[in-house]
Amino acid sequence: MTADLPRILLADDSNNDLELTLAALRSHRVANEVDVVRDGAEALDYLYRRDRFAGRAPGPLALVLLDLKMPKVDGLEVLRQIKSDPALRLTPVVMLTSSREEVDLLRSYELGVNAYVVKPVAFGEFMEAVKQLGAFWAVLNERPRIVTPASPAGTRG
Amino acid sequence: MSTLHGTISRRLTWMNMLVSSIALLIAGVAFAAYDLATLRAEIVRNLSIEAQMVGSHSVTALLFNDATAAEETLAALRASPAVIRAQVFTPDGHLFAAYSRDGSPALPPPRIPGGLTEMSEFDASSVYVARLVVSDGRPVGIVRIRADLREMYDRLAHFALIVVTVLLVSLAGALLVSRVSQRAISTPLAAVAAVARQVTQEKDYAVRAPHVETPYELAVLVDSFNAMLLEIQQRDRSLQEAQAQLEARVRERTDELHATNNELEAFSYSVSHDLRAPLRHVTGFATLLDQHAGPSLDDQGRRYLTTITDAAARMAKLIDDLLAFSRMGRASVSKRRVDLSQLVREARDEVSADLNGRRIAWTIDELPAVDADPALLRPVLVNLLSNAVKYTSTRDHARIEVGTETRASELVFFVRDNGVGFDMAYAHKLFGVFQRLHRADEFTGTGIGLANVRRIIQRHGGRTWAEGAVDAGATFYFSLPTQGAAA
Repeated sequence: MTADLPRILLADDSNNDLELTLAALRSHRVANEVDVVRDGAEALDYLYRRDRFAGRAPGPLALVLLDLKMPKVDGLEVLRQIKSDPALRLTPVVMLTSSREEVDLLRSYELGVNAYVVKPVAFGEFMEAVKQLGAFWAVLNERPRIVTPASPAGTRG
Repeated sequence: MSTLHGTISRRLTWMNMLVSSIALLIAGVAFAAYDLATLRAEIVRNLSIEAQMVGSHSVTALLFNDATAAEETLAALRASPAVIRAQVFTPDGHLFAAYSRDGSPALPPPRIPGGLTEMSEFDASSVYVARLVVSDGRPVGIVRIRADLREMYDRLAHFALIVVTVLLVSLAGALLVSRVSQRAISTPLAAVAAVARQVTQEKDYAVRAPHVETPYELAVLVDSFNAMLLEIQQRDRSLQEAQAQLEARVRERTDELHATNNELEAFSYSVSHDLRAPLRHVTGFATLLDQHAGPSLDDQGRRYLTTITDAAARMAKLIDDLLAFSRMGRASVSKRRVDLSQLVREARDEVSADLNGRRIAWTIDELPAVDADPALLRPVLVNLLSNAVKYTSTRDHARIEVGTETRASELVFFVRDNGVGFDMAYAHKLFGVFQRLHRADEFTGTGIGLANVRRIIQRHGGRTWAEGAVDAGATFYFSLPTQGAAA
């Protein structure tokens, strides 16, 4: 059953945040499988099915959850690449961050983010936020069917 | 430059020529007067000699009453061209003999005063000489001769001609000499004037008037003027250097300020990101722990968990407030006319929202319009009013009064309450960051509100202060500069 659902990509460098986000998604019974990457470079590798993600099954993603501050390549850069690639730009991207700085918010929306969520400190609010995100993007959101995943090798037509 | 040159040299020339002319005229007139006097004396003397000769030659003729002989004697006067008439009278005044060069009218007999043998008279064109003819100590007749003064007038005219000629020649000479000698005065003066003009008009302190050796006063003037210019030039240069230094220092400080500001921004950015994350983890895992092991915990354990969560939430609030405070310091103030009454009403409505049924007696005076940034002034008012509400919470009859006083160059706004007040000894701490005069369990708050109020009011060019007494209420003031006072 889960194999039919599109997957969620979660990019975050903090173990604690990952655990909390996953716990929140789990506790709200988001059924989509969640793939975890630990920095922006890995996120890009995953999206373009490069290196250790070369073997991942192609197919549209339900959602990309990006932490803003990550090593190597930050969330804004990943967002920029997704939104400037015709093959990826319809993938929903949500910035999940602790920053309340307006510059980050503004920059994210300029780059075409689908949602910007400030991780609430209070865990209850955080759970609520993750729950709504998961429900909205993974379950409710009907995306255009024409989207095909990025396929640099072009092995599948 | 030509004007000054012209003026000075023309004046000097005129003065030279005037002086020369006056000197020459005085000399000429004096010489003429002297010459005229000498000439008159000489004419009289010559005529007197002729009269004497005529007299001595006429003695015999008079004694023998021989008029013809006397007339012959008189005719000898023909040799003197100036003599126009000569007559011989008998001692009793009868005409005895006469001579006339041009048929001019006969002369009356002269009246020689007693004791004198000769007298002379002048009229405009002639001189008259009369002389007694004496023989053996007894007067035998009188000779009277009239001579014209043409010679004298000719000589006078001649003299005048010479004087005028000399005058003209010497004036020309004076003109020439003064032209040459003035060049030594007017040229350096004109140069000084030109330099002075250049200095005042073009602020060029590097120019100098050309040095002169003579005359002494001009040399001193030019040298002093140049020394003055050098002094000005040096001062100007040091002034410019000081200004450049000052500007460089201002630029340096501005750069430092920018750098500090950027650092501050980077700092608050990383505070915003990095300080909040562990807090989230604390609360997050405390909640997970509660879900995981909550049922097996005793009351004490659950209280610990709650305390952990509350403390983390409080720290999150502190961070948020501190960041807001930091942002406020960098926000730009855009002033416009603001209706203070409206703003106070809105603030009151906002703070009245969670009164939990408390009753407060509000007294809000008529408030004027002020020049301020409403987006910044609103949190100030909300803060002051919410403080008043908060610190009157222990009162059965809470009273809050809002009003303004107009002072010399500022408008003073105040919020007065009958709440718990404060000890004036600590009044200076009220507006500091994280400074609180009450325990956290008495009244809630992060201690940043009044610091924010002070920062915003200072950004508006105003002041903040407070008065109060323990258990006797407090009054919080802020001032805003009125129009014209601050620009």
